[in-house]
Amino acid sequence: MSMKLKPIILKTDILIIGGGTSGCYAAITIAEQSDAKIIIAEKANIKRSGCLAAGVNALNAYIVKGQTPETYLNYAKKDAEGIVREDLVLTMAEGLNRVTHKLESLGLVILKDSRGDYVARGHRNIKINGENIKPILASAVEHQENVQVLNRVNIIDYILKEGKVIGAYGFSIEKNTLYVIYAKAVICATGGAAGLYMPNNPGFSRHKMWYPPFNTGAGYAMGIRAGAEMTTFEMRFIALRCKDTIAPTGTIAQGVGAEQVNSLGEEYEKKYGVPKTSNRLYSTVMENKSGRGPCYLKTKGVTKEQEQELYKAYLNMAPSQTLRWLNNGKGPAVENVEIEGTEPYIVGGHTASGYWLDTHRASTLGGLYAAGDVAGGCPQKYVTGCFVEGEIAALSALEYVLGSRDGEDNDQASEKENSLQGSTEEIERKLQEVNAFLESGQSRYSIEEVEEAMQKVMDEYAGGISAGYVVNSEKLGIAARRIEELLESSTALRATDLHELMLIYEVVDRLTVCKVLIKHLEARKETRWHSFHEYADYPQQDDENWLRYVNSYQKDGEIRIMLRDLVKKDEIYEHKD
Amino acid sequence: MSIKIDRDKCTGCGKCLKVCPGNLLYKDEDAKAYIRYPRDCWGCTACLKECQIGAITYYLGADIGGKGTTLYTKREKQFLYWHVVKADGEEQVITINQQDSNRY
Repeated sequence: MSMKLKPIILKTDILIIGGGTSGCYAAITIAEQSDAKIIIAEKANIKRSGCLAAGVNALNAYIVKGQTPETYLNYAKKDAEGIVREDLVLTMAEGLNRVTHKLESLGLVILKDSRGDYVARGHRNIKINGENIKPILASAVEHQENVQVLNRVNIIDYILKEGKVIGAYGFSIEKNTLYVIYAKAVICATGGAAGLYMPNNPGFSRHKMWYPPFNTGAGYAMGIRAGAEMTTFEMRFIALRCKDTIAPTGTIAQGVGAEQVNSLGEEYEKKYGVPKTSNRLYSTVMENKSGRGPCYLKTKGVTKEQEQELYKAYLNMAPSQTLRWLNNGKGPAVENVEIEGTEPYIVGGHTASGYWLDTHRASTLGGLYAAGDVAGGCPQKYVTGCFVEGEIAALSALEYVLGSRDGEDNDQASEKENSLQGSTEEIERKLQEVNAFLESGQSRYSIEEVEEAMQKVMDEYAGGISAGYVVNSEKLGIAARRIEELLESSTALRATDLHELMLIYEVVDRLTVCKVLIKHLEARKETRWHSFHEYADYPQQDDENWLRYVNSYQKDGEIRIMLRDLVKKDEIYEHKD
Repeated sequence: MSIKIDRDKCTGCGKCLKVCPGNLLYKDEDAKAYIRYPRDCWGCTACLKECQIGAITYYLGADIGGKGTTLYTKREKQFLYWHVVKADGEEQVITINQQDSNRY
């Protein structure tokens, strides 16, 4: 039986790539406000795919009483030492409460006080039962008549015509089909990239990581290949997590007020400057480096009741941690919880890596919008911020499809419709590219070997865990060469089934993200965020030269870096050059 | 971190295959579900929650401190029951009312 894929052509108004947090919310928004046809292409199944698979324990972005979108912006700006797109963060923050109420109306349980107000956890968080947040979202999508969900379809590249995105190619991982999906507008919502660096648990539990291991940077990679401008990849995200299970620490730290202590029992965080996200991690790295590890969250002495509540809270989002406590027969009330930093990830939801967008979430490629972790410039958006971005991108894409933004008439609209066609030669070329991986024969290296080689290179030469997250120019040069070699050898990879075909595209996408990441790490010649971007050659923060964005785009196979001035909150940013 | 599917209990309904965010589950020649890529499991427990007969158990890999304790779930109305079974057979159930919010 031939493994070769055969093409199927679909047409729609708006294609959404990725049915996770932002993608689902974008689909609901469009469906409720128009009769536009929507296709969601999802690599797995929208019921549990993406970041929300296991659930989420709190909503970490909400404007609680006494706070405003402006105070939220100030917090995000401070945490990122000024490198945020103020226009994006502010428009995101302004929508946080609206989308939260929407989720509550869909069935999300949110804790309220006797007056009916949401109960705050700190300055920006509210308490929920988020175990089923993804099924709630998926079910809302499935109730919309104009949304078609293509589960188990892995999108691999955009279809371009005269510099505009007019759809995307993908393949089914169930049947031998190459999907050619033409759309009047495309929203990229694939999520960010995990699995670039050697993980905390490189053996059997290699996928026990913070970020979904199935988020492989596909959205970044297809944008990079199409020449889209990207921003701030050098602001990596490294999470401070519970040792081994890589479960969240915030629930313990904020929930029962546990401080970070070293092996001598000393609270060390304040020794390392202001309590920013990067400093909580950096302080732990430095304590370990100084021989005062391991570090812990000081939970010993919490009550049995608090312990029971922690068991429940973790079952609702990271069940491995509760299992670990019960497995050991020692809960947090009797033993402190050991913590460690994860391997670096590239995301736009905690840090700010991703597509360079205008205020309306349009990318630099016509017809292409982005939301969620794949969208750059807007850190600290978390789950609710991803909903808001999904909403903004949806409305902008809808406006583009309806043509109102350009003030075009019906003739122009039908012209747009007719231009929604790629050439058959192009489809043939794509088929050949994909089918080449399915040809019989063996490559010298397996897919797994290429992935492991990449992770080792990134770990050792691009500031992974074993390098204490530190980079220098010499090492980055080595990393760049090795990644280029691996990209070269990845063209010879062979798949024996569709699952392996997906794995090939995943490793190629990761390598593509690594290539851009290394360029960004090299380009920012300062150290602005400890550990996230710790540049040994330039150990100081340099506001005079680097209060700017580091952006990049690929042209003729080369990654070109460009620096852009900061965008302020009162600006409506548009792409000009 | 991974899961095991009890072949004798599995009825081949296929619900677990559908929800795995990593597409890691497949059916064997007898139409029973199995995990083809155990090292690629994220540990999200989506499959456990789909399996009404408790054929899927979740465990910690030995490399992250696993000692043979397993976990499975049962659901009844708004209650999700988490059964934790130690290697010696001792079982503990934690009940979560999905209408209750987390306290932390």
